[in-house]
Amino acid sequence: MNLRASAPKNFFTLHGKGTPPIRLIRNGALTTLCIALSLLTLVPLFSIIMLVVKNGFPLLSFSLFTQLPPPPGLEEGGFGNAIIGTFLMVGIALLLAVPIGILAAIYITEYAPASRVSVAVRFVAKLLTGVPSIICGVFAFAVVVMTTRQFSALAGGIALSILILPTILLTAEQALLGVPNAYREASFGLGATPLQTIFRIVVPDAMPAIMTGVMLAVARAAGETAPVLFTALFSQNWIHSIMEPTASLSALIYNFSTLPYAYQVKMAWSASLILVALVTISNVCTQLFFSPKHR
Amino acid sequence: MSAEKPTMSKTPELSHHPLELTDDFAAGEANFIQVRDFKFFYGEKEALHGINLTIPSRKVTAFIGPSGCGKSTLLRNFNRMNELIPGVRHEGDISIHGTSIYDPSVEIIALRRRIGMVFQKSNPFPMSIYENIVYPLRITGEKNRSVLDVTVERSLRSAALWDEVKDRLHESALGLSGGQMQRLCIARAVANSPEILLMDEPCSALDPIATAKVEELITELKRDFTIVIVTHNMQQASRVSELTAFFYLGNLIEFDDTQKIFTNPANKQTEEYITGRFG
Repeated sequence: MNLRASAPKNFFTLHGKGTPPIRLIRNGALTTLCIALSLLTLVPLFSIIMLVVKNGFPLLSFSLFTQLPPPPGLEEGGFGNAIIGTFLMVGIALLLAVPIGILAAIYITEYAPASRVSVAVRFVAKLLTGVPSIICGVFAFAVVVMTTRQFSALAGGIALSILILPTILLTAEQALLGVPNAYREASFGLGATPLQTIFRIVVPDAMPAIMTGVMLAVARAAGETAPVLFTALFSQNWIHSIMEPTASLSALIYNFSTLPYAYQVKMAWSASLILVALVTISNVCTQLFFSPKHR
Repeated sequence: MSAEKPTMSKTPELSHHPLELTDDFAAGEANFIQVRDFKFFYGEKEALHGINLTIPSRKVTAFIGPSGCGKSTLLRNFNRMNELIPGVRHEGDISIHGTSIYDPSVEIIALRRRIGMVFQKSNPFPMSIYENIVYPLRITGEKNRSVLDVTVERSLRSAALWDEVKDRLHESALGLSGGQMQRLCIARAVANSPEILLMDEPCSALDPIATAKVEELITELKRDFTIVIVTHNMQQASRVSELTAFFYLGNLIEFDDTQKIFTNPANKQTEEYITGRFG
């Protein structure tokens, strides 16, 4: 009987002398490169935030939220109407796009994934994500503004809803596809109807991921300028109905930042800060509210 | 078959406790589930070639055979789960309590509520333990808190899980161990007091200790339920079942008392399979 005290020669080595230095160097270099490039992606984000905070913070005051934009040259006032306008138009956009997007996603994943309609919807949604936002604005201008003969918050909301619909639909589709089939099987096996299975099991499980898509859409809609310029235009006054020209933060930033008055330019910076803050806050709230409870 | 038997189209009565059985049911039925000339097709592929089989009530019947032999396919036809797959069709008939499950009067939802199913991979919902158990009641519209509470305790007790989870009923079911999750699925499957329990390789993902617990449970449950179990584990079939059906390539090769199948099979293919010469 031959009992070995140690592994045979060269049993645990490929080159006879441990890990070759070149491999250690390559490994170290690639790891460093990956870390450096990861940090690099943070640079633009933090530069933007720092710039916006630095320039937007000095003018920040409560009156910005409660007062109307000043006429050119005057150094007072705020943009409460633009904040409301942004909320209103993003709200209209969500009201239209969220139900349509989520229900369409449910249809193409749960009811008829292979049907011609589903294939067409998926294809069109993917195409729509690539449509420039200005085209959505021009379209809403032609369809809504021209027929109602009125720039309006409604037209702005519709333009934004067209813009965000494909995002919501496609993220909701992925969210629903991510729900394990075992849940559906278990539910059907217990005698649930398709409707019960979808609304008691599948959609609740997909909800956090669906809401991530909705928040992406909110961030995009709140920041878009071209679609609202074509449809809601701008307004110096408080809003009275959704059928009149409406101010928005993005349009205010665009208008004021190009004016030759220092105060207006500062206001544009403050508006940027508030826009970023509002999007961030709504994002964090959504994540807290819709975080998965059982994982 | 007596005339006052409940038909499959009736929705299950929640008050019907499995221990309070009608006399003729308690006596057992020799031909509880009847499969007649049953063929099943996935698209063009014929997965079952004319199966004839009669399963008695309140016994454990095991389906054995190599992968792809059609045993799971047949099991999943008893509650018409296979119809969720697009492009399938069947010929022949399956009847339960003397009523064809394909009769136009049969509501598929009611059929599935009458038949509990336990899957190969345990599939608790991402909810609390409590909500998992009451789900089959919630979908029937049951809202009475005390009915739900009673059902949770009774179901968990019959799945031998009550003592382990009674203090954390409102915690996530996904925090349980693999064996506990599978017993939770069994508890959920019996919550609505079905008459039949279908088990599709319920122990294949469990360790030996958890498997032993589930097998013990099956022996307990057969007092109240008609159990059909698909298994790859022949020791399991011999341990838990009274009757064994051996399937091969979409055919039922032999169906007899488990004792007979494992000691003195009539068919040469059955003998070769159970002695491990193929499969």
